[in-house]
Amino acid sequence: MKDIIRIGSGAAWWGDRVEPAALNAEKGDLDYLCFETMAEATVSAAQVRARRDPSFPGYDTYLDDRMRAVLPHCMKRGTKIITNQGWINPDAAARRVVHWLKEFGYTGVKVASVNGSLITEHVLELTDTILENGQPTSTLTSNLISAEVYQGAEPIVEALKAGAQIVITGRVADPSIFMAPMMYEFEWDPLDHVKLGQGNGLGHLLECGAQVTGGYFADPGFKDVPEPWNFGFPIAEVSRDGSAIITKVSSTGGQVTLETVKEQMLYEVHDPANYLTPDVVVDFTTARIEQVGPDRVKVSHIGGKPRTPTLKVSIGCTEGFIGEDMFFYAGPGALRRAEIAKKVLEERFKIVNLQAEEIRIDYLGLNAIHGDATPSDAPEPYEIAVRVAARTKTREEAAKVGREVDGMAVSGIAHTGKRVPHQDRTREVIGVWSSLVPRERITPSINYFMS
Amino acid sequence: MKVKLQHVAHARSGDKGDTSNIAVFAYAPELYPLLKEQLTAPRFKAFYAGAIKGTVTRYEVDNLHAMNFVAQGALGGGVSRSLCLDNYGKALSAAILGFELDVPESLQGFLRGKDLL
Repeated sequence: MKDIIRIGSGAAWWGDRVEPAALNAEKGDLDYLCFETMAEATVSAAQVRARRDPSFPGYDTYLDDRMRAVLPHCMKRGTKIITNQGWINPDAAARRVVHWLKEFGYTGVKVASVNGSLITEHVLELTDTILENGQPTSTLTSNLISAEVYQGAEPIVEALKAGAQIVITGRVADPSIFMAPMMYEFEWDPLDHVKLGQGNGLGHLLECGAQVTGGYFADPGFKDVPEPWNFGFPIAEVSRDGSAIITKVSSTGGQVTLETVKEQMLYEVHDPANYLTPDVVVDFTTARIEQVGPDRVKVSHIGGKPRTPTLKVSIGCTEGFIGEDMFFYAGPGALRRAEIAKKVLEERFKIVNLQAEEIRIDYLGLNAIHGDATPSDAPEPYEIAVRVAARTKTREEAAKVGREVDGMAVSGIAHTGKRVPHQDRTREVIGVWSSLVPRERITPSINYFMS
Repeated sequence: MKVKLQHVAHARSGDKGDTSNIAVFAYAPELYPLLKEQLTAPRFKAFYAGAIKGTVTRYEVDNLHAMNFVAQGALGGGVSRSLCLDNYGKALSAAILGFELDVPESLQGFLRGKDLL
């Protein structure tokens, strides 16, 4: 039995870079390479696309790119892969991976698909209350697209025990993807909250990839980072006792320091003493971190408390549309022209009777990002974009936003700069709601495929 | 001396639904008590007036010399519904770097980015 296992990150989200995954596979000397590719609305967006486009297979649209880049290295080294790229169709993703294995000449490789998180048909029986607004989940009936449970690490561990070298899941909590190898290799009991607290805390540090190795961090003059165009994704050298060293492949840019680790430790965390996951409640307030070498940070003593009796359910609903566009001003008086342009838009929206739930017109360059929190003494910029967005019930209403920006070309203010209308200026809104389901009501199922 | 937070601490924001958490980390343990004393939840909320519509809860994380501010109603109804260009609020943490603190002479040696003071 191993005393240390090396777990590397291959993706932090769907759109993440592929080359650091390939580098980790090639040079990371990894026992496990783990991919996290799902955001809150990924499943709902996939369901909407699958309805419209029967050729969409329902898994990560970059599955081919990612697998082609890492499979040869992983097979050579014996690195196992755990990934949530299955989205709404883990079986199809597993078959596709088998296809690539055969293509590369690797036969006899066992690939597992973990199903059971999709509960769209039963969600109204299984859940009561929407966490965000206290209303019954039945109020979502008419707009429901998809409901999925955040599963924990246990079904992945089961697949590994059955000999799977590659495990492909649908919705699983992000840190659980990275903790499953620790539970399997070190034979941690699923109810050992002391061990699992550490494991899930480490999973949390890895799940956002480069965000712990120098990404989303550099701030010149305050936090300078070497080669921020060349980040390596993180690697955890995890010991049997649940402590680990966070590091990265040495030829990469970025850095692993106390500061990068601390920032990621609290990323998307609410109460740091009670970070809820399907496997355990993590307590970051006991964690100890120590720089033990260049780009090597030791993390230990992350706390754990018994898991809750429920699992989180994410419910995606159609909620209407957003229309948006922008146009530009520059030079002396740019802000004055932008201000009158905003007034023109407001009047035009009345004339065309835009039916919107909310309208927002910003001056990009001045207040489009921080909105009302922009300091009142912020300096007037040389260039400004007038950026307008509206949320509406129908796509027809949302399209009015772009149509009124079109009008600014010849009927606008002096010196109005405009883009060629080159992109879809409306998009569908998928609202995401949460609820809870008793954990015993959810049964994962695992299928196996051989190359 | 009045000093902007960017010299005292670094920050990162994250999203969950309509809630943004903005964590603030002292650059040195010696600066942490000052942060705790001056960057209170009400002051934090006032600094983001208009942008944060709900309550702000402050969690002290002494082992990291950090505080985690959890702001409800900060993301325009949630990432997918938000009309803000920065749907995830990943740039939201930068605003607090402009918050001004009183830093005594004795602690000025711990400040970061002195060339930009």
